[in-house]
Amino acid sequence: MNMPFYVSPEQLMKDRADYARKGIARGRSVVVVEYEGGIAFVAENPSRALHKVSEIYDRIAFAAVGKYNEFENLRVAGVRYADLRGYSYDRVDVTARGLANAYAQTLGTVFTTESKPLEVEIVVAEVGATPEADQIYRLTYDGSVADERGVVVMGGQAEQVAPRLREGWRPGLSLAEALRLAVGGLAADPAGGQARDLPVDALEAAVLDRHRPRRAFRRLEGSLLERLLGDARAEGATGEDDTPQPGAAQDAPDQDTASPDVPPQETPPDAPAG
Amino acid sequence: MSSDHLGPGRLPPEYTTPGSSSFADFVGDHAPDLLPGRPALPAGDAPPVPHGTTIVALVFADGVLMAGDRRATMGNYIAHREIEKVFPADEHSCVGIAGTAGLAVELVRLFQVELEHYEKIEGTSLSLDGKANRLSTMIRQNLGLAMQGLAVVPLFAGYDLATGRGRIVSYDVTGGRYEERDHHSVGSGSVFARGALKKLWRPAMDRGAAVRTAVEALYDAADDDSATGGPDTVRRVWPVVATVSADGYARVGDDVLGAVVEQMLADRRGDPGGGAVRRDAGDGGQGGRQR
Repeated sequence: MNMPFYVSPEQLMKDRADYARKGIARGRSVVVVEYEGGIAFVAENPSRALHKVSEIYDRIAFAAVGKYNEFENLRVAGVRYADLRGYSYDRVDVTARGLANAYAQTLGTVFTTESKPLEVEIVVAEVGATPEADQIYRLTYDGSVADERGVVVMGGQAEQVAPRLREGWRPGLSLAEALRLAVGGLAADPAGGQARDLPVDALEAAVLDRHRPRRAFRRLEGSLLERLLGDARAEGATGEDDTPQPGAAQDAPDQDTASPDVPPQETPPDAPAG
Repeated sequence: MSSDHLGPGRLPPEYTTPGSSSFADFVGDHAPDLLPGRPALPAGDAPPVPHGTTIVALVFADGVLMAGDRRATMGNYIAHREIEKVFPADEHSCVGIAGTAGLAVELVRLFQVELEHYEKIEGTSLSLDGKANRLSTMIRQNLGLAMQGLAVVPLFAGYDLATGRGRIVSYDVTGGRYEERDHHSVGSGSVFARGALKKLWRPAMDRGAAVRTAVEALYDAADDDSATGGPDTVRRVWPVVATVSADGYARVGDDVLGAVVEQMLADRRGDPGGGAVRRDAGDGGQGGRQR
């Protein structure tokens, strides 16, 4: 009869954690930044279709790094969780805290009971009525949850980049400043060398906009993102029109309350939001 | 929600099963008791429950308009004076309901979540035909209840982004779907509303004229059908009127509607059918309606 080799639980968990950490570090980073008008997400992601940042519910978004198939599976589970909860109770009863708990349980159970942990790190963020009410939960491969403020970096060179970003962050950043901070963090060379130049095409950016009426999630793409980054890089260099585009009629009432640096929706309102 | 059987606290396997983008299918697998019309009723007639009445929809220059009166009836009683029966289904479509109000409102809620769920999971919206077919399936699932008198008959309308025009789809209780040309009406007052629409509708009307036409059609329905509520000038309760165009779903505000209703009532004073104004205007009723 074969006797299994004895492996101490400490060693087992350490091996799994090392495995997951290595997998996550291979991916490119995602930065989540709180700004005055909401929460911004910026990822280095050349793909237009395979998203790292997505909408979960009215005020809740999801960002992830690691293995695509694994976090995509968690994303879909989150959308199902949120939609079912909102359908059986009410839309306001869907919270990031509940979702973060469900994810934490799932990640933790997989970490301890299955042969391979999930190689993912995720952020569940909920935008509140005021900056103080914003919530950002960061979940790691073993199911631990951290309640974060300000700025969060995941994946890739997160540990090296994070201190610099935390230094640069302050409450009440404008959207353009927040995006610039995030892109600066993504472009920086952790070894201290020359920062890379990240074109807009290589970025995936989205916001949870506090001032949007129901679904707060919005992707920032193309010329809009370019303008926001450009605004921050060279003040007033562009004379682009700032007149409101004919956005969704339902958005109209909140346009005057929106922060001045958030141009109204440029893409047609039917643009994919998930 | 059933408890899981894989590990403590973990999301149950239905949540992580890949493949389906349908919320209704997911709920059917995971928590079927939440679906409307799912419990089979014992034989016999259903007790009296509120019924919604008249919905009208018409195509206009920018898209499509849908309007509904505010009355729900229960037998010979008025069950509610301010019920809303026209809802946004998503950004580019809307749905109006006639029939058993409780089931219909629940059906609309499920339909709204279904469309948004698909959009979030797939990253793109369903086509207008896809949405219409999806609604058809949901109505068919209610057929058992419809046989016992709890029918739900919605009217679906939307702006087709592919062709750039408004479209209207009607249904029967078996889920049969029929694309309508120009305008349509469902519910107990629909016979009268349809008559009015036939006379008042013009190709490529502007939004203002479309709003007035819908209000007139609902007034004519309320005039002859006791179950349809007319505009309530005492409580200032106006019909729900919404438009769907390239810019998305927009509900016509009460201030605009109040003025349209007052104007219509003034025009009809001493001329209850409203025909004289239209004849005088000489343009089939469009004159003097622009706001």
